[in-house]
Amino acid sequence: MRKRTITAYWFLAPYLLVFAAFWIWPIIQSFYLSFLSTRRQPWTFNPGVTWGRLLEDPAFLNAFKNTMLILAIQVPVMIALATVLAVLLNSTLLRARGIMRFAFFAPVVVGEVAYAAVFRLIFSEDLGVVNKIVTGVGLPKVDWFANPTAAMAVIIMAVTWRWAGYNAIIILSGLQSIPDDLYEAATLDRVTPTQQFFRITLPLLKPIILFCVVLSVIGTMQLFAEPFLITNRGGPGGATETLGLFLYRQGFTSLNFGYASAVAYTIALLAVAISLVNLWVGRDRT
Amino acid sequence: MSRAPERTGASGPAVETHGHGRSRSRVRLTRIIVLHLFLVPLALIWLFPLWMMFIFSTMPDSGIFSPGVQLLPSDQFLTNLAALQEETRFLRTIFVSVVVAVIYTALSVMLTSMAGWALVRYRFAGRGMVVAIILGTITLPYFVVVIPQFILVARDLGLSDTWVALIVPPLFNSLGVLFMRQSFSLMPTELFDAAQVEGVTEWQIFTRVALPLAKPTMAALSIILFLASWNNYLWPLLITNSPEMMTAPVALGTLIGVTRVSWGGIMVGAVLLTAPMLLVFVFLQRFFMSGITAGAVK
Repeated sequence: MRKRTITAYWFLAPYLLVFAAFWIWPIIQSFYLSFLSTRRQPWTFNPGVTWGRLLEDPAFLNAFKNTMLILAIQVPVMIALATVLAVLLNSTLLRARGIMRFAFFAPVVVGEVAYAAVFRLIFSEDLGVVNKIVTGVGLPKVDWFANPTAAMAVIIMAVTWRWAGYNAIIILSGLQSIPDDLYEAATLDRVTPTQQFFRITLPLLKPIILFCVVLSVIGTMQLFAEPFLITNRGGPGGATETLGLFLYRQGFTSLNFGYASAVAYTIALLAVAISLVNLWVGRDRT
Repeated sequence: MSRAPERTGASGPAVETHGHGRSRSRVRLTRIIVLHLFLVPLALIWLFPLWMMFIFSTMPDSGIFSPGVQLLPSDQFLTNLAALQEETRFLRTIFVSVVVAVIYTALSVMLTSMAGWALVRYRFAGRGMVVAIILGTITLPYFVVVIPQFILVARDLGLSDTWVALIVPPLFNSLGVLFMRQSFSLMPTELFDAAQVEGVTEWQIFTRVALPLAKPTMAALSIILFLASWNNYLWPLLITNSPEMMTAPVALGTLIGVTRVSWGGIMVGAVLLTAPMLLVFVFLQRFFMSGITAGAVK
């Protein structure tokens, strides 16, 4: 081997070792595990109890349905909100810019456990601060964690609160790369700001918005800490059980590694498939 | 060069066009008002959970669950902290979290900048494949690897409740490789070649020439990695059982939903986890933002 190749691998080796041991090897191992019955020793090849079980397992189907529901509602709402936020936070008309940015971007640094604790507390049924406000304006009290729909709404609100600013930061960076003269020319042609948003801003932001959608899909497919902590292990009665939580239960509560691996690969395949559909729908039709 | 002035599709005219100064300034004023009528309430809603976290951390449970809504802090923070400390030895878990995050960040920056450097500096057999494997797998959900990682680290190696288990497996993160590779690739090659001609070793070219130039990138990367480690929940949850080795998020997570534990104490924990990161965000915002946008990969 040439000397420079050897030098290159000296630089690469430490990282590649960790990368191979804790990323590449587990990806392969997980695929292999997904064909094994692991409920008792010795583990045997039996895809019937892993992949075969998926479509017959009501608990899996429930988690799948819930995850898709969150995906269908939360991701579009959050991305739309993030886009609007990015545009408004970038406006020259905005006052108190620093405080505004802090308000929307601060959740990005808040950890899952900390914000789960807060959301669980402020939405608690008896004298939680949200219910105090709800009843204060004359509406009936909501049993946030006993009512399946309300519990799902809490999860969706929590995730949107946590991630809207993150996406807005990314979209904001895209906004700042749009050349000013486009808007100047449009203004000279008396194109209204609203039209400018739909005819200039949105089309030019499309690639970056799609990128945010793909990231959000992958994130939602792995939603775990929120239903685990906020709605107390996917409650009420599995109403907020997600694929991530289901995998956790199978893998680390039941220690059924084979079945959990099949679930993990299902999550990965779904994430890849949904991302590809998004990219395909959003492709440039020229 | 400074960046372009901020403006947006929803902003007023970017150039002065026709006359009618007064009506135009009135339009502008209306737009300012409409913008703030929408954004200010939304900002208050967004700040509300963080504000309540802080308020609740200063209140006794009798205050948190009293009929009225209290929006101003009380004086029970230290009492709540003492209760939390008694329940979980929370300060120990904070210590574990800090040690893990610092060592993880340092190691990850070191390993990934070396790897990123190799990919930019050398044309070698296998280079394309290394890049392809990293890029091809970067969007795979973490859940795909978590089970084999657990089997390997906890069962086969028996490393549960160790520093190594907390720090080393998450080092697979390839964010830094892409990040540093990008940074090095923007540097002029002549600089490195000139050093090479003068007989400087390859290692010294890396540490004395390339790395100092990459400092802003390393700062941004460090912040993102530190934050990720500090907030990491699932892996430490799986790999620690003893209170001695639990990270702060794991310890706090065990208290949520346990009725015996006071909410005031839990909120103190949430504040201690969140406040340092908010300070980082406020004072190092520039690096933080560039870390998120340039490497917008979770």
